[in-house]
Amino acid sequence: MIEARFSLPLFPEQASTLAPRVDALLFFLLAVSTVFTLLIAGCIVVFAIRYRRRPGNEVAEQVHGSDRLEIAWSVIPLLLCLVMYAWGAQLYFAAATPPPDALEVYSVAKQWMWKFQHLSGPREINELHVPVGLPVKVLMTSQDVIHSLFVPAFRVKQDVLPGRYTQLWFQATRPGTYHLFCAEYCGTLHSGMIGQVIAMEPADFQRWLAGGTAASPAVAGERLFTELGCVTCHRPDAQARCPDLAGLFGRTVTLTTGQTLTADEGYIRESILTPGAKIVAGYENIMPTYQGLVSEEGVLELIAYVKSLQATEAKAP
Amino acid sequence: MTTAAAVVAEEPRLHYLNESYGVRSWLLTTDHKRVGLLYLISLTGAFFVGGFFAVMLRLELLTPAGDLLQAETYNKFFTMHGVIMVFFFLVPSIPAVLGNFVLPLMIGARDVAFPRLNLLSWYLYVLGASFTTYAVVTGGVDTGWTFYTPYSTMSSTTQVMPTAIGIFIVGFSSILTGLNFVVTIHRMRAPGLTWFRLPLFVWSLYGTSLIQILATPVLAITVMLLGLERLLHVGIFDPALGGDPVLFQHLFWFYSHPAVYIMILPGMGVISEVVPCFARKRIFGYRYVAFSSIAIAVFGFLVWGHHLFVAGQSVYAAMVFSLLSYLVAIPSAVKVFNWTATLHKGTIEFRTPLLYALGFIGLFTIGGLTGLFLASLGMDVHVTDTYFVIAHFHYIMVGGMVMAYMGGVHYWWPKISGRMYPEGWGRLAALIIFIGFNLTFFPQFILGYLGMPRRYHAYPDEFQVLNVMSTAGASILGVGYLLPMIYLLWSLRYGEPAGNNPWDATGLEWQTPSPPPRDNFEVTPVVTGEPYAYPGREPAHG
Repeated sequence: MIEARFSLPLFPEQASTLAPRVDALLFFLLAVSTVFTLLIAGCIVVFAIRYRRRPGNEVAEQVHGSDRLEIAWSVIPLLLCLVMYAWGAQLYFAAATPPPDALEVYSVAKQWMWKFQHLSGPREINELHVPVGLPVKVLMTSQDVIHSLFVPAFRVKQDVLPGRYTQLWFQATRPGTYHLFCAEYCGTLHSGMIGQVIAMEPADFQRWLAGGTAASPAVAGERLFTELGCVTCHRPDAQARCPDLAGLFGRTVTLTTGQTLTADEGYIRESILTPGAKIVAGYENIMPTYQGLVSEEGVLELIAYVKSLQATEAKAP
Repeated sequence: MTTAAAVVAEEPRLHYLNESYGVRSWLLTTDHKRVGLLYLISLTGAFFVGGFFAVMLRLELLTPAGDLLQAETYNKFFTMHGVIMVFFFLVPSIPAVLGNFVLPLMIGARDVAFPRLNLLSWYLYVLGASFTTYAVVTGGVDTGWTFYTPYSTMSSTTQVMPTAIGIFIVGFSSILTGLNFVVTIHRMRAPGLTWFRLPLFVWSLYGTSLIQILATPVLAITVMLLGLERLLHVGIFDPALGGDPVLFQHLFWFYSHPAVYIMILPGMGVISEVVPCFARKRIFGYRYVAFSSIAIAVFGFLVWGHHLFVAGQSVYAAMVFSLLSYLVAIPSAVKVFNWTATLHKGTIEFRTPLLYALGFIGLFTIGGLTGLFLASLGMDVHVTDTYFVIAHFHYIMVGGMVMAYMGGVHYWWPKISGRMYPEGWGRLAALIIFIGFNLTFFPQFILGYLGMPRRYHAYPDEFQVLNVMSTAGASILGVGYLLPMIYLLWSLRYGEPAGNNPWDATGLEWQTPSPPPRDNFEVTPVVTGEPYAYPGREPAHG
């Protein structure tokens, strides 16, 4: 097969707020590496020529070493390394902390496809539409083995694990279509577990959202909440045998053990699938597990519903 | 046996090759030199089998579409390439072949401390290799050499168990070799051979052996847990059974990162022998080079978490592992600077072993510096699990370790075989390997930064040109590896007789005839001075 067009890209597109920051670090690392490679290669070449065995240079000068040199070539690289460390760590920390106002997308990965659920409604497979200029947070879990969501143009990557949530966030800066890869080997069609991120102007994104007819996951979650009978116990009135969920999300919860934690997505997921793990103070361990009764997508819908309860209750006095 | 017979016809002197004949005398030998040769033959086999899989991978990647191999076959091939090259070639390579052969010679001993245990190590290697061969022949395994759970325990339907058993067994071969070397180095040194008179190759083998003894049991435990979960569904790694898949990665890399140093430290030791010999000069900063081996061995245990920066590890753990990873870079840098400084004011002769050593220094420098990219948290997120990582560790493992192995084989070949290899062919092969290597792996750095993930059977069109370059390089590299195979065999019969010390090198191994007699030395040598005592003028300023 002969390719008609010859393309040889040498540098990836920069399409997120993070990308230029990662590239700046790359250029620093490249500069340091180039200097050291040239230094060592240069010394070797110069010494190899100058001190080659030839008439007049048949005996070496027997030096033992030099403590001063040893200290110099330990300390200087160490200082440079500390700069690389601090720079990289600071970038990583920023990339690990999504802004609180980020748009939320849920993702469930499975062999070999990516499923995305926008909190505002639409579902997608192997495609993810996002607006330019707004932070987007993707909350992810896997239905089977470990996968990894990788968008090279955004310089983001995060493994997607079964049994728990991981997240990544980005803010696209340029409209366009970008590769989305699975970066953790996940079986036969690993290299087919690819898709596209489509970054759109915010107005176009709104139009795209409006074009969908799907109910939002919070609405689907409310339906599930009723169907699964959760509502029998989790209710706001005095007969409730389980904690009232309104306003729960993001709140600090005190457990029977006296420990406290923040009610996040991971905690709600655990409370649905292994309810006995963390009991809220003042309540008994009476809730049955919903493991096997509700899918990963269902759990995410329930979480979306619990989150939406917070929004409505917050307005009440 | 015809080659040994030919040696006899010309040299009636009795040595380890001609003192007894027949398959039995080799399979039941307790001579460290013969055990070393048994390893040389087995490892060469493993290298070419692993190499065959590499060739198939590179051919598949010539075009973007997955067309030559099916996805399933491709996945099996990269897994078997990794398993064979790491566990059956790289880990044992220099210690088991060259270490076995020259360590007792270098310290003036008659053999290793436990000669029968040494032979048992080789049998364990063969047994482990048999299980893995069985796995390959009966359908192969497709988990990647890293065996990540829960894919390996719950999802893969391939021959995971026989492969895992093979790795479990070969691990014991590694542990026993390490144990044997540590005891040998402590107990069997010739009179006068104090620690700071030891050749640096011995120091590096000592560091390597410590890692082999301390880290390999963790691999055995990890592989055993993996087997238990796969067979009996014990919930250790699979979240569906209440386990944690990231725990597997912690355990696996707790062995496999130190294992990287098992693979590179002995190579560094070879370079520390070859550079002084061909510069005819004492090594620069002996103690720094010696202690940097130990520092690498110790720090190497504390950096495993840098394989988990995007795996769901806590942010703070990642920050600690990143910092520690930078610390392990320093002793490696110290070695590179000292080798370079050793060339200064030497009288350098460009024989094949030195060409490999210089190639090692250059390629290891690039491999080490790109390791700094991966240790940097913000950068690692983008390049981990891409071809950048593939290029990085091949610069260390192939550009570093295999270059050192080839250099070492050429350096000690006269001692091993009693014959010289053809120098012109040797230099040519070294050059071909250097060029082929760079053409194969340098484009992969760019591919990785562009975002091409590793373990991809098919890839987007825009990555093709760089992949074609890489495959072209691999074919050159393949020729480079075949050449020594041919001319070294040729030299067994037709090479010039080497004499005791063709390089005029210091070191006890060169003071005994080539090939050495069964018991190495007629009279136990007594050491009275430093290693690398090459003749020369003292510096003017003292």
